[in-house]
Amino acid sequence: MNNSIRVNCTKKNLKLIRDFVTEYLHALALTDILMNQIVLAVDEICANLIIHANHEDPDKYILLAIYKQPGMIKFEISDEGIAFQRAAYKEPNIQENIRLGKKGGVGIALVNRIMDKVEFKTEGPQNTCILYKKI
Amino acid sequence: MKITQEIKDNTVIMTLDGELDASSSVLLDEELSAPEIMKYSKILVDCQNLHYISSAGLGVFISHLQRFEDAQIKLIFYNMQEKVRNVFEILGLDLLMTIVSDYEEARTIANE
Repeated sequence: MNNSIRVNCTKKNLKLIRDFVTEYLHALALTDILMNQIVLAVDEICANLIIHANHEDPDKYILLAIYKQPGMIKFEISDEGIAFQRAAYKEPNIQENIRLGKKGGVGIALVNRIMDKVEFKTEGPQNTCILYKKI
Repeated sequence: MKITQEIKDNTVIMTLDGELDASSSVLLDEELSAPEIMKYSKILVDCQNLHYISSAGLGVFISHLQRFEDAQIKLIFYNMQEKVRNVFEILGLDLLMTIVSDYEEARTIANE
C-alpha cells in the first residue's frame, strides 16, 4: 500500500489527508479514540502548513509519508513554506483564549498532547515535521 | 458539513452533521456570529452526527463562549460521540463548557 500522499495547499485537501491516514492505519485495528487522535494530530500539522506556512497557495505542496515501525507509527510531513519557529511557541492558556474570544492557537497543543514525540527540522528550503506515536 | 437550526421555546437547537475542520469551521463561525442568535437565551448543540472536530472547530466555540456568557446565553452540547468528546477533554474544554449526554438533560440544564 502506498505510504505517502502529496497535496496542494488548499484547506479542502485536509479531508483527503484524513481519509488517507485513516485508511493506512485501518489494518492496525486501533480504538476509535486513538485513531481519531492520530488523524487529528496529522490534520493539525497539515492545516498549519497549508494555512500559515504556505498561505493557502494552490501552487505549493505538502507531502505526508507514514512509516510503521515496531510498536510505533512515524509521520513525516514536509513542505517548502515558512518554517515553524518552535522556540517562539507558547502553550496556550485556554481560559485566556475564552476571555479574549481567540479562535486560533490550540492546534499544536493538541499535537503535543497526543503524540509521543514531535520534531521540526529544516534542511535547505525543506521543512519537515516528524510525529511519533507509540501503539 | 451541514448545520441546521430550529427555534423552539426561546431556544436555538443547532444540529451539526459532518466534520468540523479548518475548512468547514468557517460555516459554523458564520452561524454563531449571526446577530439573530443573540435574541435567544439558550443554544443547544446536537452533536450526534458530528464525526470529527479539529482545533479550528474548537476555536470557533472558544471564540464565542465569553460573548454568550456575557449575554447570559447558555451554550449546551449534547449527544456527543466519545471520540469527539475526547478532543474537548484533551484541552480541558469539557470542564469549561457544558457537555451533557442527551437532549432531555440539555433541556433540564437549559431551564435551570
